[in-house]
Amino acid sequence: MSNIGSYEKRRENFSWDIAKEVLKWEEGEILNIGAMCSDRICARGDGEKKALIWQGFGGKQKTYTFNDLRVLSNGFAKFLKELGVEPGEKVCLFMDKIPELYVSFLGVLKMGAVAQPLFSAFGDESLEVRLLSADTKVIFTTRKHVKKVRKIQDKLPALEKIVVVEGNPNKLRDEEIYFSMEDFRTEDFTAYESGPDTPSVLHYTSGTTGQPKGAQHGHGSVWGQALTTSWVLDLKDDDIYWCTADPGWVTGTSYGIIGPWSLGVTQCVLDSGFTSAAWYQFIQDNKVTVWYSAPTAIRSLMRDGEGLVKQYDLSSLRHLASVGEPLNAEAVIWSEKVYGLAFLDTFWQTETGSMMITNFPGMKIKPGSMGKPFPGIVAGILDLNTNEPVTEPGTVGLIAFRPGWPSMFKEYVKKPDIYRSKFVGAADDAMPAELRVDESLWYVSGDRASFDKDGYYWFVGRDDDVINTGGHLVGPFEIESALVEHEAIAEAAAIGKPDEVNMEVVKVFITLNPGFEPSDDLELNIMNFIRKKLSPLAMPQDIEYMEKLPKTRSGKILRRYLKALEWGHDVGDLSTLEDD
Amino acid sequence: MADEMKDMILEYVIEEYVDEEDDEEEVGYDTPLISSGIVDSFSMVSLKVFLEKKCHVSLPDKEATPEAFDTVNKICELVRRFQD
Repeated sequence: MSNIGSYEKRRENFSWDIAKEVLKWEEGEILNIGAMCSDRICARGDGEKKALIWQGFGGKQKTYTFNDLRVLSNGFAKFLKELGVEPGEKVCLFMDKIPELYVSFLGVLKMGAVAQPLFSAFGDESLEVRLLSADTKVIFTTRKHVKKVRKIQDKLPALEKIVVVEGNPNKLRDEEIYFSMEDFRTEDFTAYESGPDTPSVLHYTSGTTGQPKGAQHGHGSVWGQALTTSWVLDLKDDDIYWCTADPGWVTGTSYGIIGPWSLGVTQCVLDSGFTSAAWYQFIQDNKVTVWYSAPTAIRSLMRDGEGLVKQYDLSSLRHLASVGEPLNAEAVIWSEKVYGLAFLDTFWQTETGSMMITNFPGMKIKPGSMGKPFPGIVAGILDLNTNEPVTEPGTVGLIAFRPGWPSMFKEYVKKPDIYRSKFVGAADDAMPAELRVDESLWYVSGDRASFDKDGYYWFVGRDDDVINTGGHLVGPFEIESALVEHEAIAEAAAIGKPDEVNMEVVKVFITLNPGFEPSDDLELNIMNFIRKKLSPLAMPQDIEYMEKLPKTRSGKILRRYLKALEWGHDVGDLSTLEDD
Repeated sequence: MADEMKDMILEYVIEEYVDEEDDEEEVGYDTPLISSGIVDSFSMVSLKVFLEKKCHVSLPDKEATPEAFDTVNKICELVRRFQD
């Protein structure tokens, strides 16, 4: 029997308070995610239960109990307090998927500060933009990644402390602090008394224009994350759960930390490069029962074929789910054939904080569909022109949600206007605190879809120019801004290009400065320039040289025109196109 | 010729993927690249482009797997297979 039971019945009798029942949480108890994922699990008698089974490069393994999480995160919390960090201040976590990342996340939240995890493959420029925007005060990193911090630290006036959590302390610079979490096990720490709106986690997300925006979440998000983990991922006490996402992105925190640990479930982490064989071996060795992954990975596994699957014992698996980009029907059908289980697609985003439209255990699956709205979520499709909800099945429009679910983001850091622009029907002067609870509004996700006569949603695509590559959103503006810093490039436009495995990859159109000619070396140089400056995700995989970029008469590059040509779509109204 | 190719690839990997300050990573012909995290799977694309341009070979996506790119020696084997 699945945790959700009947989807229809759950929808009829829904209240978010059910999350409290699922967590066995009573009024008056602490609402602090750091404490709920560690102290609270120990207090209920599960301190010696395994919380984290970690495997790194070369097969190195470590195991931590919930009691380990408790005393180690206490150590981080105490250390931060002693450094002078105040509740509400931002603490960046910039490291690979090592145990310190997971434990420090809890420690930061426990003492009331805001955890700002960032993808460790970010280059120095991507890092700088996000730390500057957040006024980050402390950064936890590793010896491998501290070099990127050193390059930009002079440009970050708010950054007071750089803390390195592993490696050789003798190799650090004078102003850097070495912190070994094992040396700071702390038995007692009183967690900060946070409320549902107290800032907790800050994730950055890319848009079409401007630099990435910081989507701020609050401690009350745990209700949405715990309940969706229970009903969609179907986690039970004796499960061994594996979420393949990196906590540098929202899936890695909502469902790679908060969801499973608030419920006291054991989870595994594999921190080594992707190979299909290594992943299957990991599932076999750890007897993984529930596996939450991404379409890009699933399609890579498909590419390596059924023969490889048969070399491993994957019989422990009982439930599979996917997130990041739409899961194509072929992948759903393939997974059912080779694993005996279909990957269930889930749709949500950084801003929503938890799953919104998903397939549920026990529900009839329509391969390629996003599924149905989570009970308690009021979803709609808004007409592309009028923004009114459409009623006719099959009509493509904007995916929108009525505000008010507990995991909804609280604001974009320092950007109330952009926050307001995400709500249809918002008053010109409405502030985030009003908008996020006004159930008469629609929060617009930025994606397009339709629903069918049975109420299943079907993804169509982004409503903007943001590139979804391997389940990660990359802003074209960021790439274009970085490209024109290259000495050879005069102008640039970046778009998403269709890709079999990653859904989209970055393609750029560039014009060259005088004295530069297209060449293989230049192409490679540009690719590596962006890879190091921004991230491997932002690296163009296709570069097209142009004499001139298409522009409007006012001089704005017509990205949508280039994208339409690339995708073979109608180029639309070209009346604003600049004459040759 | 084979050794020249190996050296060229190794030199490129060290220059592009190994931090110059990093004195702890000694990269050789058999050092795991993908499974050790020196080269992440997204960055494999630029390595593939490098090989195709410099070795005048076309590597099918199906063959350019993390396993086939995991060491300089394995990469050389792959390139030679498609040069023949």
